[in-house]
Amino acid sequence: MAEIKVEGLRHVYSAGTPFEKVAIEDVSLTIPQGQLVGVIGHTGSGKSTFIQHLNALLQPTEGKVFVGGQDINASKYTRRDVKWQVGLVFQYPEYQLFEETVYRDIAFGPRNMKLSDEEIDQRVREAAKFAQVDEELFERSPLELSGGQKRRIAIAGVIALRPGVLILDEPTAGLDPAGCRQILDNICSYHRESGSTVIIVSHNMDDTARIAERIIAFDHGRVAMDGTPEQVFSEPEKLIAMGLDVPRATSLAMALKKAGIELEGSIYTHGQLLNAVLRAKEARVC
Amino acid sequence: MLKDITLGQFFPGNTIVHRLDPRTKLILVVVYIIALFQAKGWISYGAVTLATVLCMILSHIRPKNIFKGLKPMLFIIALTALLNLFYTEGREIIPGWHMTWEGLERSVQMILRIVLLITGTFLLTYTTSPIALTDGLEMLLGPLKKIKVPVHEMTLMMSMALRFIPTLIEETDKIMSAQKARGADFETGKLMDRAKALLPILVPLFVSAFRRADELAVAMESRCYHGGEGRTRMKTLRFAAHDWIALILGALFLAGMFVMKRYGI
Ligand SMILES: Nc1ncnc2c1ncn2[C@@H]1O[C@H](COP(=O)(O)OP(=O)(O)OP(=O)(O)O)[C@@H](O)[C@H]1O
Ligand SMILES: [Mg+2]
Repeated sequence: MAEIKVEGLRHVYSAGTPFEKVAIEDVSLTIPQGQLVGVIGHTGSGKSTFIQHLNALLQPTEGKVFVGGQDINASKYTRRDVKWQVGLVFQYPEYQLFEETVYRDIAFGPRNMKLSDEEIDQRVREAAKFAQVDEELFERSPLELSGGQKRRIAIAGVIALRPGVLILDEPTAGLDPAGCRQILDNICSYHRESGSTVIIVSHNMDDTARIAERIIAFDHGRVAMDGTPEQVFSEPEKLIAMGLDVPRATSLAMALKKAGIELEGSIYTHGQLLNAVLRAKEARVC
Repeated sequence: MLKDITLGQFFPGNTIVHRLDPRTKLILVVVYIIALFQAKGWISYGAVTLATVLCMILSHIRPKNIFKGLKPMLFIIALTALLNLFYTEGREIIPGWHMTWEGLERSVQMILRIVLLITGTFLLTYTTSPIALTDGLEMLLGPLKKIKVPVHEMTLMMSMALRFIPTLIEETDKIMSAQKARGADFETGKLMDRAKALLPILVPLFVSAFRRADELAVAMESRCYHGGEGRTRMKTLRFAAHDWIALILGALFLAGMFVMKRYGI
């Protein structure tokens, strides 16, 4: 199974030139098989750089990355094979689409896996359904679609690989609220049904709080916080100092506290907020 | 990886050579090339080499950067040298072999000539930003507008091409990453397979280049661009004292070369 282990990771862009930039530094962590992880952090904190190391698209300047116990940078063969295990949806979908038609674009991965034509067709349709890509779009060029449609196709192209580890870099940016919820729900059910590890980079704290089992917060290229949503969101001051937000439920609870209404327990989802308010109300009535 | 390619790229700086007017530098490069082709004997080659080294020192360009730019030309240089070595009549070095002392001398001079030629033009592109270069070119070629040569359009095209080379390289990198992420294989496999894997990069690259061109045109039009007629510049080029001095030195140098040619040295 595919446990991810990262040791002493450091990445420097344009090393040895005047434009040298340390993007991540001193990152060590383990993500067990089947975890749903949310990655948060301010703009430029190194999230995208970090996740591109997990499928060997970027090679570490220092440090090692293991997937399923195998050092993925051991040789060019391990670097290629890890792509079947770890599927990555890029932050900017327009950079991910390159085929002439939507159908061919989604089929690109399965075709590289040398699957049979029927199998490819089946996977394409399934992946399209997952990402809500209309089959009517199949013969269009992916480049002439809207931003949201492009993002769905990019997601479908990776889902078609059926990766054991699914990584999505801001998968819902640019989607309408309904599409957003739907995609996140589909990701959650993929996670449940296949037992895959899922890593989601997001700037949306509400979504992250709702679905993630674990949250990793990056700050200036280092891991600043790492724990359950409960632990991470119990320190809102720290998050705000890092230029991040807290979930709306948490900030509402903080506002209530300031107004003299103390709520019990840690609150980071709407459900928890509702329960806590109800409990507080009962306590008052008595 | 791909980004490390240098294409006569500009090294920003503030030396006297950087501050020269681009028109001066363009004229001087032409003068330099003419002078170089007047060199016949070792003394005149020595004079050009000396002038080149002097310019390199003045502009703080390191030899390392020149060598880097020369690398792609190595094949042509070697070929020229070999041809000259074998196809020049004269005294044979080893009897029976078609290799002559005269040929050896010629081929060393040819190598020197090509290296100096490239170095001279590199000095121009290393010390002049592409924008300044095309501005200077446009003004120098300005008189041709009288006979309906579209000078402004030509130089505009040139500066855009220069501007978009790095962008296209970056784009290629991104498309390759996207394909690699879904299992395209550029590293393992047979040479033929790897070459085939490169092909699908070209199509999206062209598509995106055309799209970019389209977007650029819209952006220019929405800022009321309407060609060269009556356009003013943000930076007007002006000749300063050092430009005149440089031009006079260039003229003297050229005259000197003609004299040396006369005496065959
Ligand atoms: N290709 C590159 N070349 C040079 N520097 C880069 C490159 N990509 C990223 N960087 C730099 O590395 C740092 C981390 O970038 P990264 O893209 O990982 O941030 P991020 O956390 O994903 O930000 P965002 O939330 O905006 O997506 C930034 O300072 C960025 O400027
Ligand atoms: Mg990012």
